[in-house]
Amino acid sequence: MIFSIMVSEGPYTHQASDSAYQFTKAALDAGHEIFRIFFYHDGVNNGTRMTTPPQDDRNIVDRWSELAKAHDLDMVVCVAAAQRRGIVDVDEAKRHGKDGDNIAEGFRISGLGQLIEAGVKSDRLMQFGD
Amino acid sequence: MLHTVNKSPFDKNSLKTCLSHSLKDSDILLIEDGVYGAIKDSAMSGDIEKALTDRKIYVLESDIKARGIDSSRLVQGVAIVDYGGFVELAASNDRVQSWL
Amino acid sequence: MSTVKKFMYVNRHAPYGSIYALEGLEVVLIGAAFDQDCCMAFIDDGVFQLVKGQDSSASGMKNFSPTYRALGDYEVTRLYVEKESLMERGLTKSDLMELTYEDEDDDWAEKPSIQIVERSELGRLMEEQDVLLNF
Repeated sequence: MIFSIMVSEGPYTHQASDSAYQFTKAALDAGHEIFRIFFYHDGVNNGTRMTTPPQDDRNIVDRWSELAKAHDLDMVVCVAAAQRRGIVDVDEAKRHGKDGDNIAEGFRISGLGQLIEAGVKSDRLMQFGD
Repeated sequence: MLHTVNKSPFDKNSLKTCLSHSLKDSDILLIEDGVYGAIKDSAMSGDIEKALTDRKIYVLESDIKARGIDSSRLVQGVAIVDYGGFVELAASNDRVQSWL
Repeated sequence: MSTVKKFMYVNRHAPYGSIYALEGLEVVLIGAAFDQDCCMAFIDDGVFQLVKGQDSSASGMKNFSPTYRALGDYEVTRLYVEKESLMERGLTKSDLMELTYEDEDDDWAEKPSIQIVERSELGRLMEEQDVLLNF
């Protein structure tokens, strides 16, 4: 079965990103396909590589990046939501005259159409938020 | 249809709204702070018992464990699933509604 | 993408206090371009999104309530507002904006987009959907 995941909250403040991660891992373990993981609202904050949690805690961002690498996952950060919250890749930084980018490995910035497409092309679209 | 609820019913109305919109034979999975809704002898347990007569209610194992809720503290009839079970519920139901 | 799926955008948050309503509306407008079968539901505090007379100027926030009037032009023509949620909040239909669309199957007659539905009916409508997104 084909799943897509929508993450509507950022890391740490809410459990949403943790739950989405555990669900994604369990779905992959069960042999399902993950079409896309879409980050919206404050969920875009899961995609900044500037995150540096204490050593004894999980690194939510790195964990997503590693899972994406291991399973070739498509992780999309919504461009409009990202612009509001200061999540930028090299192209976005250049376009808006910013002095640096902060997108984490494995994430890409794209439009809301990617969320609708995930809804159309997946058997189930799971939403994790608050 | 699978309904998920991630809010404590003592804080937000997500569980009440879920219970009042879910139809007969629905699966309802309580995750995150939603698991507090399944504790017996609470202000919510009557609503849960009533819902259990025609719907199935589940709690996510890792979320009750994290919160120190022993399975003996749950309303009788509430089932416990792990993340694999969550995935199975999502796959076996035709659609999913997340009451956030 | 030839598959047409039924999308329901479920709105349960009031506007301004959080961004869910505004960013939810952005999803609806983009989604409209995908020619899917879509509708919106307003439940709990979500009904406050449609209250008329919103003026956010003194708060310094963007007043996005006019965007709801544009939904008809995007062929988002079914806005289900829950009767019980209105009543619980001391609201009636007359407190809501008048939102309309032009029905292309009926000589472009102007028709109301808002439908007041009972909770039990909304539960049934949810069961007819393929994708439910919550804002």
